[in-house]
Amino acid sequence: MNIVVCVKQVPDTATERKLRPDDKTLDRDAVDGVVNELDEYAVEEALRLKEAHGGEVTVLTMGPAKATETIRKALAMGADKAVHLSDDALHGSDALSTSYAMAQALKKIGFDLVILGSESTDARTGVLAAMLAERLGAPQLTLARKVEVNGSAIAIERITDYGYDKVEATLPAVVSVVEKINEPRYPSFKGIMAAKKKPVEALGIADASVDASAVGLAAAYSEVAEFAAAPPRAAGTIVKDEGDGGVKAADFLASKKFI
Amino acid sequence: MSEILVLVEHVDGEIKKVTLELLTLARTLGEPSAVWAGPGCGDAAKAKLAEYGADKIYVADSDEVVNYVVAPKAELLARLVADKSPAAVLVASTIEGKEVAGRLAVKTDSGVITDAVGLGEGFVADQSIFGGGVNVRSRVTKGTPIVAVRPNSTAPVAAAGAGAEEKVEVAPSEAARAAKIVERVKEEKGARPELTEAAIVVSGGRGVGSAENFAIIEKLADSLGAAVGASRAATDAKWYPHQFQVGQTGKTVSPQLYIAAGISGAIQHRAGMQTSKTIIVVNKDPEAPIFEIADFGVVGDLFQVVPQLTEEIEKRK
Ligand SMILES: Cc1cc2nc3c(=O)[nH]c(=O)nc-3n(C[C@H](O)[C@H](O)[C@H](O)COP(=O)(O)OP(=O)(O)OC[C@H]3O[C@@H](n4cnc5c(N)ncnc54)[C@H](O)[C@@H]3O)c2cc1C
Repeated sequence: MNIVVCVKQVPDTATERKLRPDDKTLDRDAVDGVVNELDEYAVEEALRLKEAHGGEVTVLTMGPAKATETIRKALAMGADKAVHLSDDALHGSDALSTSYAMAQALKKIGFDLVILGSESTDARTGVLAAMLAERLGAPQLTLARKVEVNGSAIAIERITDYGYDKVEATLPAVVSVVEKINEPRYPSFKGIMAAKKKPVEALGIADASVDASAVGLAAAYSEVAEFAAAPPRAAGTIVKDEGDGGVKAADFLASKKFI
Repeated sequence: MSEILVLVEHVDGEIKKVTLELLTLARTLGEPSAVWAGPGCGDAAKAKLAEYGADKIYVADSDEVVNYVVAPKAELLARLVADKSPAAVLVASTIEGKEVAGRLAVKTDSGVITDAVGLGEGFVADQSIFGGGVNVRSRVTKGTPIVAVRPNSTAPVAAAGAGAEEKVEVAPSEAARAAKIVERVKEEKGARPELTEAAIVVSGGRGVGSAENFAIIEKLADSLGAAVGASRAATDAKWYPHQFQVGQTGKTVSPQLYIAAGISGAIQHRAGMQTSKTIIVVNKDPEAPIFEIADFGVVGDLFQVVPQLTEEIEKRK
């Protein structure tokens, strides 16, 4: 089975993230990049499926040169090779143009299964997998907490507001995973060493047949009109429980007319 | 005034509150038309949609629309966008609503904004990003604006619309029938309001200590008519089902009141609840970061404080 895992480098959520005043995009230079946490679950699931069914795991990243760190991490976990879609023209791409560029790259690479994390910690739109399924004309198997492949049949458990749906489809398919699906492995020392020798193919937009006028900030389908740091929440009242903490909390609720 | 499509969220024929909120918002910007995907749009449902301002109600009464993952709903909306040329399409910013919006954006070559917490003139949307640290106002610049609005972004206000029904014949394409839902499994916990819609949410974390102890959280929630939430530490430990997880990889909630007990306030948890209007915290560690966003905090043992609070609320009813 030919599995492609999409991973994204995102700013560490533990650091302060800012928008650039000039073009109102995320200032990626100002912060440390880490692998989007949910994508590690996607890599893990890809590796498990490969271990069970054979095949190959290719990592696909779209992002600036710096994103190679993220690729190395996925390779160190055990992926076989990587494709790095990188081009200055891609800077500032929104979800629509990102999904377009990624879909073009995926068509070039070829796949039986595409796996993504269900959401990135920076944009948090949670729409990329659905957009890819739409663009690739492949079944949308998103928000999976369990994936089973049997020949060309694939079944997932998709989380919902009330529990989960059992969903069935035929490969090729697009899967996104939630973090309940597995426990990602840590790269071993051997894995880290081996990753250094694994092939990473650089893909420019022309190589992937991506139309330059359809990506990047200028091609965005929406614009940030204005932004500002959220006003800090007014400091709250903190009391130490002296045996009447619950009563005091009830007084507060009453003062706010909740009771 | 121009037409605005509002995708109705419904369960077992009941309309979710967020739909009434979307209709209320849409009324300030144009003439709302409700879009009902699937069976179950009965007279009561139609009356409710009209009561909150739906001028038209498009009904695609077919199992086919709901028996496959997301794609048929996007197809239905895309067709209505082509036929009716609405000024905008509003959906609820739930996990599924966002996916519908995403596919619709690709189909109609239009811009999409998700997680809006407000929507104004010119369909300029308010968003709160980076775990609540930055407020952004953005607008769609191409195609038909598609905006996913979070539950609890506005209070639903009734104002009658004509509520004229128009049936829409649908037959999802083969591509839209690629991912079939073969079974829906309910893992519900009692008859509480739904987490993302609830006006009050009471959440428990690792400090609750066990699945049995979650009864303490549930009792407090029930005394307030609230939904129950949980931190990831609590759902990972299987003390509470995953769909009640609040945070970055769980639900995003924005209630009037959020009570966090035994939760430290990791950034990933805060990302899912930071826009709550009022926040109350019970934690035994005065250094817990959750206190930074508390309007009222009690430093103490939740096993003392929470039952006392519940008792006090019952007394004052
Ligand atoms: C990819 C990824 C996604 C994540 N997504 C989410 C998410 O969606 N939601 C989420 O919540 N987390 C998420 N996390 C996890 C997050 O980082 C924290 O680990 C988690 O929120 C901690 O849960 P907690 O606050 O319940 O536990 P802890 O951090 O262990 O805090 C427990 C708190 O309880 C207090 N306590 C203990 N006993 C008592 C007592 N008797 N009385 C009062 N207080 C007591 C302690 O003082 C402590 O502050 C995610 C992490 C990753 C890596």
